[in-house]
Amino acid sequence: MKLNLDPLAVSRARELARRAGQPVVDMARSHTTVSVERAVLRLAGITGADTDGIPWVNRLVDQVRDDVGLGHGVALPVFHALAEFGDLTLLAQKAAAGSVRFELPQGKDATAARKLAKRAVGQGIKTIDRNRAQRDRLVKRHGDPKQRPWIYLIVATGDIHEDIPQAQAAARAGADVIAVIRSTGQSLLDYVPEGATREGFAGTYATQENFRLMRAALDESSRELGRYVRLTNYASGLCMPEIATLAGLQRLDMMLNDSMYGILFRDINPIRTFVDQRFSRQIHARAGIIINTGEDNYLTTADAVEAAHTVTVSQLLNEFFAHEAGLQDWQLGIGHAFEINPDLPESFRLELAHALLARELFPDAPLKWMPPTKHMTGDVFRGNLLDGFFNLVGTLTGQGILLVGMMTEAVVTPWLSDRDIALQNVRYVLNACGGLHEDFVPAPGGFIQQRAHTVLNEAIDLLAEIVDDTLLNAIADGTFGIMKRPANRGKGLDGVAKHEPGYYNPATEILEAR
Amino acid sequence: MKTIVRPYGDTTGDGMTQVSFTLPIPHDKLAEGAALQLAAKMGLEPAMLVHAKQIGDGFTFFVVYGSVRHLVELDKVQVVQRDFDLLSAKEVNTIVKQRLRRKLSVVGACIGTDAHTVGIDAILNLKGIAGEKGLEYYRELKVLNMGAQVTVPELVAAARSEKADAVLVSQVVTQRDAHLHNTREMSAAFREAFPAGKRPLLIVGGPRFDEMMTQELGVDRIFGRGTTPREVASYLVHRVAREGR
Repeated sequence: MKLNLDPLAVSRARELARRAGQPVVDMARSHTTVSVERAVLRLAGITGADTDGIPWVNRLVDQVRDDVGLGHGVALPVFHALAEFGDLTLLAQKAAAGSVRFELPQGKDATAARKLAKRAVGQGIKTIDRNRAQRDRLVKRHGDPKQRPWIYLIVATGDIHEDIPQAQAAARAGADVIAVIRSTGQSLLDYVPEGATREGFAGTYATQENFRLMRAALDESSRELGRYVRLTNYASGLCMPEIATLAGLQRLDMMLNDSMYGILFRDINPIRTFVDQRFSRQIHARAGIIINTGEDNYLTTADAVEAAHTVTVSQLLNEFFAHEAGLQDWQLGIGHAFEINPDLPESFRLELAHALLARELFPDAPLKWMPPTKHMTGDVFRGNLLDGFFNLVGTLTGQGILLVGMMTEAVVTPWLSDRDIALQNVRYVLNACGGLHEDFVPAPGGFIQQRAHTVLNEAIDLLAEIVDDTLLNAIADGTFGIMKRPANRGKGLDGVAKHEPGYYNPATEILEAR
Repeated sequence: MKTIVRPYGDTTGDGMTQVSFTLPIPHDKLAEGAALQLAAKMGLEPAMLVHAKQIGDGFTFFVVYGSVRHLVELDKVQVVQRDFDLLSAKEVNTIVKQRLRRKLSVVGACIGTDAHTVGIDAILNLKGIAGEKGLEYYRELKVLNMGAQVTVPELVAAARSEKADAVLVSQVVTQRDAHLHNTREMSAAFREAFPAGKRPLLIVGGPRFDEMMTQELGVDRIFGRGTTPREVASYLVHRVAREGR
């Protein structure tokens, strides 16, 4: 260990994160949301949408909610009604037409509905299990990338049929992980669009069909290149649990999934977010998906030096929530970013200290290292230099996943040549000093060690405050990313329900059985 | 002052310019000739092809240096010059106090699906940008920052309830001209909701706006990249307090 962190301080930080997070977990365990319930129905095999593009799962959940409320879960009323209609999609269509009245089954009827629901949802989970095994086989056959960090590139044309050749070209150019950025605004849609989509704003809609098309294309690329090319999307926003489910069903490999991002940056209700997040993480855990957390975002609104400890606090909370949901360390792409103002004296040493702190706090996690954005000004020459230093920190501190920085950040969506220059930058650094981390040991008691200790201590103090104040209040007060988000406000609150006695969710039952 | 200038490499009048671009053809002799032809058509003559590199299967990236034959006529350049005095925070506060005898109310937001609050936060938040405090710091300004993804009706309602003197809108995302559509929608809604003369001052800002487009977008002022909170505050005082709106 290079920072000589005090093990007692580290375990105290984790213990505080647990105490801060536990009440939120308890809350998540006693609530459900429309999106959790829709995810259950997706696992049970319902696909498709009506002529307005509203998915059948939405129609069904809305109808059940109108008839019997959400607090018992939709599984029992839906599978009870299924006895009459035989087919789930047909039932959804009838429900949308208003010709079904749902009721909560009792006694023997309830037992029968429970059994049916569990069997149907079990099929979906089996598909997720098969996909995981298939990924393991393909990784074995084609191999993992030769180097760490894995090189992560973004495509975002809005049109899945344009994204595919771009993604394949990016893989050929050296990308190990392809992320398809979502259309701006999808996070606030309370349904998942259907089918292959060709229109999006600053990104491409996340849909089950788009997932399938892109994964199939990258399987082709993996065969061609002799390494397994991973696919990433975003389990965030109002449909987080459903998108996580679709990712599992289509063998996506990584998902952006932060515990607080939606609250802070999309003004989604905190309770909705924590409930949705726990379910989505249980799915990710089962699917063998690596999650990426979003701490980099805090630094785009707050100052990267003053707020460095809030990143550490959020990382520890994300770790706690992830472990609680069943994710293992290798699945935790814990996020952080190179966002310190480059005009600040010793900014590079500060970056090194922060990155090394994350590395040593989470030694078994594949950290997700995010490039500069806030101080990319349009001076592309300076931007390229900054990205070079970012890459240097990445290799010096053993980051697991490196999102390739673009010198044209804040100027244009990356051009073909921008991406090529950016990859050249990464390759130069990895080639020139990929092993430098072996030699690099910060001086004992020196600037870097001291800075790391300071940030850790500040994080511990803040965590102690959060424990006293409760996490929900801390979020309401603007502790993270300077956004104030009270628990009784924000989008999607009307889609949250407290469990009634007898709440039943076959997916949770299966996922928590281990 | 000279009214005609040329780009400067290392000698006055040399016209030296550097450009880079990609052509959708593989790298060979023909491609290099094609790059030089394009440079000539851009007015770069003589041009030097200093770098050519194939990207993927069918593309080549070029860097070209050359002397551009075009002249810049400074007397024909059109820009929006600052037509108000740049004031300190103290001066802003004093003028608002004297002329308005109440706080000047400002409502700001990112509208549409745009989630980039960096711009509006830099102008409004106490913290400001580059060491300059944002409008929240000004004692005589009352600021409401509504954050990201605010709908136009929400913004109009907030402007009404806050009795806003000015509404600030930030737009970063420009794909499919979203920033222009959103701004037009916003200004139309304000024209509809407020009688002429009672409407708050409408100001938009963002890195990709053309500052000359105020008429077309139906707003009072456009601020481009590099705008500081102090400029915005000075403009507000100039328009609202001095003109006695």
